[in-house]
Amino acid sequence: MEKNNLKGWLYLLPAIAFLGFFMVYPLIDVFIYSFEEGYNSASQTYYGVGLYNYSYVLRDPYFLQAVKNTLILVGITVPLSTGLALLISVGLSSIRTLRNAFQTIYFLPYVTNTLAVGLVFMILFKKTPYTDGLANLIIGWFGAEPIDFIDGPYWAKMFVLCFYTIWVVLPFKILILTSALASVNEIYYNAARVDGTPKHRIFTRITLPMISPTLFYLIVTGFIGAFKAYSDAVALFGTDLNAAEMNTIVGYVYDMLYGNSGGYPSYASAAAIILFMIVLTITCINLLVSKKHVHY
Amino acid sequence: MKIELKHLTKRFPNRSKNQPDVIAVNDFNLEIPSGKLIGLLGPSGCGKSTALNLLCGLLKPTEGQILFGEDDVTKLPAEKRGVGFVFQSYALYPHLTVQQNITFPLENLKGKDKLTREQMQKRAYEAAKLVQIEGLMDRKPSELSGGQQQRVAIARALVKMPRVLLLDEPLSNLDARLRLQTREEIRRIQKETKITTVFVTHDQEEAMSISDLIVVMKDGVIQQIGKPQEVYDRPLNLFVAKFLGTPPINVFSGRICAGKLFIGEDAVLDIDGAEDQEVWVGVRPEGFVLKEQSGPLHCTLSGVEVMGRDISVVASHPAMQGTTVRSIISAENMVELEDETTVRFAVKPSKVHVFSKKTELRIPFEAK
Repeated sequence: MEKNNLKGWLYLLPAIAFLGFFMVYPLIDVFIYSFEEGYNSASQTYYGVGLYNYSYVLRDPYFLQAVKNTLILVGITVPLSTGLALLISVGLSSIRTLRNAFQTIYFLPYVTNTLAVGLVFMILFKKTPYTDGLANLIIGWFGAEPIDFIDGPYWAKMFVLCFYTIWVVLPFKILILTSALASVNEIYYNAARVDGTPKHRIFTRITLPMISPTLFYLIVTGFIGAFKAYSDAVALFGTDLNAAEMNTIVGYVYDMLYGNSGGYPSYASAAAIILFMIVLTITCINLLVSKKHVHY
Repeated sequence: MKIELKHLTKRFPNRSKNQPDVIAVNDFNLEIPSGKLIGLLGPSGCGKSTALNLLCGLLKPTEGQILFGEDDVTKLPAEKRGVGFVFQSYALYPHLTVQQNITFPLENLKGKDKLTREQMQKRAYEAAKLVQIEGLMDRKPSELSGGQQQRVAIARALVKMPRVLLLDEPLSNLDARLRLQTREEIRRIQKETKITTVFVTHDQEEAMSISDLIVVMKDGVIQQIGKPQEVYDRPLNLFVAKFLGTPPINVFSGRICAGKLFIGEDAVLDIDGAEDQEVWVGVRPEGFVLKEQSGPLHCTLSGVEVMGRDISVVASHPAMQGTTVRSIISAENMVELEDETTVRFAVKPSKVHVFSKKTELRIPFEAK
């Protein structure tokens, strides 16, 4: 028994060493930095220890803007993208002809580069002195005034960011959900049909519970991914996100480290720890909710 | 309720092009009397499951009609036919408890049939009691044994009081002892509920033991319909004779010549009413009588298997189709066979079936 234990640990050693060195150690380090005031990574010095970093970050209007942006982004894109993906995958699995063609089309965004796509979105939505852009052309048909989605009002920019985020995360979710739907045994549908079950009830009482583990996985990873959003905003609005009021929490961390006003690893660490706590809380809530509604 | 199938045919397009369609069910004409238990029997791939799926509406027939009582249900989808179906793998919803599984069909009822929660639970309890699982209502299917799952599946099919109950190989996933017990259960439940029941099996013993009528199928065509004993005693063709009975019937090559039935060169019976021709002779294992000196059928002895109540004498004969002649002799009629190399049998005329070599159809005869 004792010997087996030793063997087991030995097998685990490479993974433990790797994870410990590159994940656990940095996490602890960041945690420590977040309490060290005015930490300087070059000279490895700091003035004192305390909660000052947190109180600074929590009072920084840029940080509060970033938290607000992130929460709006998460609150809109996670439910919408998961719902849309479910709708599309159910549609995909109920058609026969052209299914593969549609699957390919829906999967295309996944293999395209985010920054390139961001550029395309910018061209679609940007209003310049020469052109109003394609999006404005379309809303113009409905009699609306042209809006600058990239440099204009806050809600317009937020709309583009959410739209873009949903568009980028959709393919992966569709792929996962289509395969989950395909793995539900046909016999349950037959049984339900013989029992006279209407279509919408088959969906809510059989299909949804059967794919609930996959759905749950997508929601959890969706939340985490959306909380860590940064590159999408950069792709659309450029690197000075604070000026554009479109910064995210991760963006704020980056700016605190390397941005124009950067060079404050202590503040960055505090912001990162706050993000970590938010994600941890949300994930725990997800897990608790899933215990009731997910059937394995 | 009576079920009538008229010229029912189901063709599936062949996977490889330019090949003819696969005919799974070919021109079925069958009348199932109300309140009876019917066994659809045939080897794998003979179209019996297809026939059942046509009955419940999961498949649409290519041609023909299905009548439930006076109603033509041919065009009705499965959800409107009001049939109960027990699937081979039970198809219990894994995320629902036994209780929820059984009430599931009731929750689909609409309009004036709609039930309150209490009524549903009462009905579910009654159905569960009928199959004796009322103590397991809060379990999930994965926490049940195969036999228990099977009962839940039957309860779920019965709870909506279907006009017709269909069972697709209901016993194939159970072990031998449970199978015996469950088939009696099915018989009892069917008698209590008096629901017209059709069940599919490839196990002839299963079909014979509980059916009021059996329908023997081969390659999508009905071979014979009748009471189990009738079909066993008077098989219409060689296929039916071979398919029914364990151990299977012994088939010999033979001929009818001048009022005598020959197996190989041995004249075993004097018969009347059949023309001279080449025939297949089928002798049921229990149709052999062991005679030391006077038996007309000369076989080479290859072994004796003692099975307690009966003794099985295994032998061979030059005209035999297949490898061995297997006879079953009751223990009190047994003769010492030690050191014998040949064994001589007489045959019981009622256990001998003669089929034409050309058509494989039964040739009736009278023994003198």
